[in-house]
Amino acid sequence: MALLKLQFPLQRRVRLAQGLWLLSWLAVLAGAFTFSLGVYLKTELLRRAEVMDNTEIHVVPNILMLVGLVTMGINLFAGRVCQDSLDSARFPPWKPFLLPWYGLAWMVCVWLLSAVVLSYALQGHLEESLKVGLRNGIRFYRDTDVPGRCFQKETIDRLQMELRCCGNTNYRDWFEVQWISNRYLDFTSKEVKDRVRSNVDGRYLMDGVPFSCCNPGSPRPCLQNHLTDNTAHYNYEHQSEELNLYNRGCRQALVDYYMGLMNTIGPGILSVISLQMSVLVSLRYLQTSLDGVDPENPEADSEGYILAKGVKETMMDVKNIMFKLLQFGQVEAGDEAEAGADGEKAATSS
Amino acid sequence: MALMKVKFDLKKRVKLAQFVWLMYWFSVMAGVLVFSMGLFFKIELRKRSEMMDNNESHFVPNLLIGVGLLACGINAMGGKICYDSLDPSKFSRWKPMLKPFLVSCVAFNCLLVLTALLCFLMRIPLQFTLAEGLKNALKFYKDTDTPGRCYMKRTLDQMQMEFRCCGNNNFRDWFEIQWVSNRYLDFSAKEVKDRIGSNVDGKYLMDAVPFSCCNPGSPRPCIQYQVTNNTAHYSYDHHTEDLNIWKRGCRDALISYYGGMMNSIGALVLLVTILEVIVMIGLQYVNTSLSNLANPEDPECESEGWILEKTVKETFTDIMDKMKAMSKGNAVDEAGVDGVATGS
Repeated sequence: MALLKLQFPLQRRVRLAQGLWLLSWLAVLAGAFTFSLGVYLKTELLRRAEVMDNTEIHVVPNILMLVGLVTMGINLFAGRVCQDSLDSARFPPWKPFLLPWYGLAWMVCVWLLSAVVLSYALQGHLEESLKVGLRNGIRFYRDTDVPGRCFQKETIDRLQMELRCCGNTNYRDWFEVQWISNRYLDFTSKEVKDRVRSNVDGRYLMDGVPFSCCNPGSPRPCLQNHLTDNTAHYNYEHQSEELNLYNRGCRQALVDYYMGLMNTIGPGILSVISLQMSVLVSLRYLQTSLDGVDPENPEADSEGYILAKGVKETMMDVKNIMFKLLQFGQVEAGDEAEAGADGEKAATSS
Repeated sequence: MALMKVKFDLKKRVKLAQFVWLMYWFSVMAGVLVFSMGLFFKIELRKRSEMMDNNESHFVPNLLIGVGLLACGINAMGGKICYDSLDPSKFSRWKPMLKPFLVSCVAFNCLLVLTALLCFLMRIPLQFTLAEGLKNALKFYKDTDTPGRCYMKRTLDQMQMEFRCCGNNNFRDWFEIQWVSNRYLDFSAKEVKDRIGSNVDGKYLMDAVPFSCCNPGSPRPCIQYQVTNNTAHYSYDHHTEDLNIWKRGCRDALISYYGGMMNSIGALVLLVTILEVIVMIGLQYVNTSLSNLANPEDPECESEGWILEKTVKETFTDIMDKMKAMSKGNAVDEAGVDGVATGS
């Protein structure tokens, strides 16, 4: 019992070939679209590469770029095949390539699906990578005179202003590091000496944040220093003050941004998968319907199907073929041994 | 003596018509481009309308939008004429309209040149508008509780961060106004009372700037308060300190931004003008070559095409004569009517 058998008169075959040609060109465009989505995602990840610790998340855009190119290639091939399909002289040379083509098309769909799944599964890894990267960024904020780290301050400042965030988890992360370089601290003054002595590591810690944490939407000019001291500022209560600084942490802001990107890309990829599947099914129908055409009477009806037998029977067939191949290898070795033994016997007997 | 006479056989005529038709389609796209540039410019002006005083004029972007639409229309019609020109029956319908159409094309090209010139010149009124507008915007920075002005602080902060500028001419503009609202000033404190007493208007002035003036590229955490007081900060000399806050004034920053935009739009309009002149000359050749067939019955015979039937000087004197004749004609008519009226 063939799977999903359909009748194909000549007119239907012609229409199928034309429709498939159009569909394969759409699929080429979809492949180009996938490639460009991969490039875009990679560019966005590279832009913030300085606050990421590892590049595990880059596997998603890499898969998209590779699969986009492969999709373009196989669909150009499909377009060429169906251009030649209605000419009975030009179609047979393509036939042996069709079975590997189906395998490749299947792999493309599987890879695209895995890219979508990975983009959600790797969220935890992304968050970890950002946690470590931002922690280092905040620690090295003051090292504007150390080669290799001198742009850390500008990077973190611009990040906080663009993404409207402050610190790693929240603004209190700035209270735990010394973010003012020793070059700008007057070590003869009492206040500095007190602060440096007040903690074990001898760091100048204060309850202040850099200017890039300031929220322009606050009705009040920005308060950056003595944030937890209500008496330091007129009419100020730090527990109820919400608009002065950005409340969100930069890790959360970046994760939200990238997850938003992946959520937008997801439906696009799913539609590319469905387009590729429809090209695969249509090409299979075209192949089987053309195979069923009687050479004496090329304009007669024929049947097209997806699988010659049912799914179960096809799986059994495939299993048998695999066993035969394995056994064939074994039997050959056995035969040679027997032939060798016979030859020896003949040699000894003669 | 015709201007730039060229001989045309059938093949050449067909090729010319196809080429001009293609060029007309490029011109339609160029018209769409001019329209979208005008729209973009209008939106950009609207975005910063709070920084400009109320006299800002949207004349140039409106003109660009109008010219873009007109270009689309004229070029689509020209393309249709070229398309029909290869079929003698269809072309004969267009013949009477061609001369007025070409004259209107000349007028349109003059309008395009005028538009480009205005784009380059718009910088000057914009400078005055921005100077006035920014001065007021700085004054209203603290009024975050006044309806209608409560977003001025946010707008100004975001603009200073985006354009990397501070104040109107430079950062000292912030020293001359009170930018901290009275709601956040403790009037019982001695320092506040001293500062308010120190000037005639009773304003709380200080040598400080808002946080949006800070330069993230500075190696040192931003110094906003007591900017001109060298002793207030360790290892600080405000005369040599370049990177702490933005040095450029926002008026200069906005003018160079809009100036760059207007220069590019003006250059684009000039390129479109050149394209329009080319297609107009092409259409004139198509017109003259089809109107001057040696044998009107035989479409495959040779013909000549030119830009002007006589030389430039002669054409110009012809036009002047026609205009004089028309005005004299009016005078004679009136005299005739009067004469007849008085005579009878």
